[in-house]
Formats: sequence, C-alpha cells, structure tokens
Amino acid sequence: MHLALFIIFGLLCLGGAVNLLLQRHPINSALSLIVVMSSLAVLYLLLGAEFLALAQIIVYSGAIMVLFVFVIMLLNAGEEKQTQGSQAAYMAGIPGVLALFAVLASTFFTLRTSFGDARLGGFLATTEDLGRVLFRNLLLPFEVTSILILVAILGAVVLARKEH
Amino acid sequence: MAVPIAWYLILSATLFSLGVFGFLIKRNIISIFMSIELMLNAVNLAFVAFANHWHQVTGQIFVFFVMVVAAAEATVGLAIIIAVFRSRNTLDVDQIDLMKL
Repeated sequence: MHLALFIIFGLLCLGGAVNLLLQRHPINSALSLIVVMSSLAVLYLLLGAEFLALAQIIVYSGAIMVLFVFVIMLLNAGEEKQTQGSQAAYMAGIPGVLALFAVLASTFFTLRTSFGDARLGGFLATTEDLGRVLFRNLLLPFEVTSILILVAILGAVVLARKEH
Repeated sequence: MAVPIAWYLILSATLFSLGVFGFLIKRNIISIFMSIELMLNAVNLAFVAFANHWHQVTGQIFVFFVMVVAAAEATVGLAIIIAVFRSRNTLDVDQIDLMKL
C-alpha cells in the first residue's frame, strides 16, 4: 500500500516537474506545478506529517498558485520565445546540475541502509505535537515571521502600485 | 510494505535538480520563479523525510517556516514581476538587461 502510493505520487511529482520544464506557456507550467505540490502533500501524509500535508494544499497549491495564475492572467503572459539564451548557462549550468544530482543521488544511495525504512503509521506528528514545539521552544521565530509577512504585504503593495 | 527513506531523498534530489535546470533554461520570468518554488518544495520533502527518520518534529517546523517565508517571497516576487512588466513591457529575461555590462 505504502509502496504503491509512493510510486504513483512520486511519478506524478516527477511527471509534473518535467512537464513544467517542457511547457512553453506559463499557465501550463503553473498547472503542472499544482500537480507537483498536491502529490507532495500525499507524500507528506505518507511520512506522517498530517498538518504539513494540509498546509501544503492550502498554502502552496491554494494561495501561492492562485497568486501565480492571477499574475499570469493579469499580465496576459504569452508563449515563451525560442531564444538562444545564455551560453554560460548551457556550458556551465547543465554539467553543474548533472554533477549536483549525481553527488546527491549517489550519497543517498550509498547511505540507504543507515536511513532505514518509512512505515505507514511508524511516525505521526500530530498538530498538537507541532503546536507544542512551535509555541514553546520556537515562539520568538514564530513572532518574527509575522513581522516578515507584514513587511512583505507592505512591500507588495508599494511595488505593484501604479506610479503617478 | 515499507519504503526506504533514501527513495524519498532521491526523489527530493531529482526535483531539486529539475528546479535548478528549469531556472537555467527557462526564459520567461514567471516560469523561472516557478522553478524556484519547485526547488523549495523539493527541500521541504527532504526535511519531512529526515523528520520521519529521526522521529523529530523539528524537521516539520522547518518546513512550516519555509512555507511562511515562501509565501512572503512569492508575494514580493510577483509584485516585482508586475513592476518590471509595467516599465519594460516584457516578461522575457533576455530583454530585461538594464544592469548588464
């Protein structure tokens, strides 16, 4: 059951991410990103993060992606132009990405036995556990993020306002 | 049937690499921004997988903070994109080269 769900939603994640790169129209990329984020929510649930799974759906595939789709529609973003792009990105970037992936994947693969297995119900962090840590040990960072969000709201309003 | 944690981590590494790749090859500024969101999500998956491995809630708290900061970042970033579009009338990063030497 766990394995089947992991394979189905892991493949959905990968398919959505590859489709995000292949699509030339931003709205199609945004829709495939929603697929990636929603399948990630299922993977969080499999790993025992029930609060984060719901927050992922509400915050990411809900709020943030609606904002993206609004901006794409507002700016009437058309298809991407086929351009040469930056030579440096192709010459140094693509081998760099492949090297990064090779290093990460080989490290995780060689350490796979010490990481162990994830079982369904083996570890479940309830919202209560999360709240206990968040509001006792990490109360100051939590309050600081509220200031950060306030600044972000003001910044967004100032930046997007029409200048006269 | 149990799934090795390493598989989740390898999935996370793949998603992160795809995000970096998209960041490099995409030419539309909104698509580039979406690649950054993909990278953030990949890192979140790694955090949740490690939280499961160590049986610690702290990893999930990290993801919570990443989500909060990503929401703030998305608002400001999209506002900047709107401002750039107003002044230059394009979303193509090749044409937004005012600061290029």
